[in-house]
Amino acid sequence: MTGKEDDMARTVSASEVAPTTYAWEIKAEGLVVKAGRRRAVNGLDLSMGVGVHGLLGPNGAGKTTFIRALATIARPSDGALELFGEDVRRARDLRQVRRRIGYLPQQFGYYRRFTVREFVEYLAWLKEMPKQDVPGAVQRAIERVGLADRADDKMKTLSGGMVRRAGIAQAIVNDPAVLLLDEPTAGLDPAQRMQFRELLHELRADTCVVVSTHLVEDVAAACTDVALIDEGQLVFQGTVADLAAAGTGSDVGDSDTERGYSALLANHRRPV
Amino acid sequence: MVRHEMTDRTNGGHVSEVLIERYALGQQVSPEAEWAVEAHLEGCALCRAKLAEVVRSDAPAVSAVVDSVWSRVDSLVDSSVDAEVARRPKALGHNRFAAWLSTWAPPAMVPWVGMSVLVTAIALLCDLTGAFGFDRPSMLLLLSPVLPLFGVAAAWTRGLDPAWELVAPTPRSGLYLVLRRTLSVLVVVLPALVVAGLIAGTSPALGLVPCLAFTAGTLALGGFVGVTRASIALGGLWCLFVVGPALVRTRLPAAFEPWAMPIWGAVAVLAAAALVMRASAFTKLTSQR
Repeated sequence: MTGKEDDMARTVSASEVAPTTYAWEIKAEGLVVKAGRRRAVNGLDLSMGVGVHGLLGPNGAGKTTFIRALATIARPSDGALELFGEDVRRARDLRQVRRRIGYLPQQFGYYRRFTVREFVEYLAWLKEMPKQDVPGAVQRAIERVGLADRADDKMKTLSGGMVRRAGIAQAIVNDPAVLLLDEPTAGLDPAQRMQFRELLHELRADTCVVVSTHLVEDVAAACTDVALIDEGQLVFQGTVADLAAAGTGSDVGDSDTERGYSALLANHRRPV
Repeated sequence: MVRHEMTDRTNGGHVSEVLIERYALGQQVSPEAEWAVEAHLEGCALCRAKLAEVVRSDAPAVSAVVDSVWSRVDSLVDSSVDAEVARRPKALGHNRFAAWLSTWAPPAMVPWVGMSVLVTAIALLCDLTGAFGFDRPSMLLLLSPVLPLFGVAAAWTRGLDPAWELVAPTPRSGLYLVLRRTLSVLVVVLPALVVAGLIAGTSPALGLVPCLAFTAGTLALGGFVGVTRASIALGGLWCLFVVGPALVRTRLPAAFEPWAMPIWGAVAVLAAAALVMRASAFTKLTSQR
């Protein structure tokens, strides 16, 4: 029995299993975030806990701006945004919050001569992961997105979908408590989409995952609940079943969820 | 009795051996003591070791249970661990040095640092060949303050770092990363400057202090307007008001007289102080420049 401790990858410390002191991983109240001069997020009220949350909305609804605010890149100009119970506008040191975030931007650049492994390792370093954990965590993240056979190939040799998956790998490498994925399925083929959904299923037990997408079927398959935003405001938040129930036969769409989506959106846009 | 054991000072705040033994053998321990023992054991390797000792020697039933759990966990974990260990050599096979270097200067910065070195070489060439006439002041000396600015601009600029969107929201981004990258620029540019100065026969030290002052000043100003704009502004002003006139008047500006060096030093220190005061600008949510 004595030798076993050495073999274990890591021990779980008491602080990791300690109960949290906040109700929601993400809590936005009256949030306003500007993209340029436009108020892309305009008075958004939204709370999200552990689970997979689909962030739906038409193009220009403010999804990306909201996610960038959650990633602590875009600064809210009004309202409150709390991550792990800490107000990011007032936080003196964002490092504690940032360590627990994983972020896949809608578009991201990379250093072309890095291999996939070097790319994920570099991000792991930036995320201040303990040095001894990095090689194992990087390998695991690369395997989870199905890139193990390309791990030592240069980034510039990858296809668009593979770059996307490398992006997902760097987002999950630090086992984030809040995982922000902006259009993660763009450029993935159907088989890779299924693999991605499996990943979401694994993550949803202990992670607050926000998946922004404009593809309604992604949400229906993988998300525990859905937030629909339009013109920077929350239109609807509920389960996928609630979304499907909101539609009627007369609404536009090929499935119940799509019909619910267009019904809610039309309802919101209807002049009062 | 339990209370006495828990506050036993001779153990230096650890669980007493009597209590550990009772706990291990499943003898009666009051609930609050049990709770305290478990909380302590979680964080204290020493007491866990004592517990293990007692279990091994006196409680074969407990160790049998623990062993059977371990063997079951083993059979589940072993296969995946073996696979991972087998992959390790490959994982370590790639260039550790290059990876380490990237944490100082990411690949995107390399061409910009190269540009600094190249301009140094060109300035040296001008001095050696007398491109502007031998009676004019040393080009190398005149340009030395602004030479690192190419690299400094690339250290923290959204447009020059392709991975900016990924790097910016990480805990390590901010002043620390900016300084780390700037240092990697200076480590290359300063020796190049010294070597070039020695070759050209000018006093290299005269260029170094202004060089540091300009670097610190650019970063400090960069905290307000962005590092690229700061580099362009300071570099442009320097070329316009010092380098240009010096070439026309054919004499070295007063800025390079030895008595000006303490002033440059003071500027560098002030700029560094301003930079530290403004540190949050590089971490804060507004740092989009």
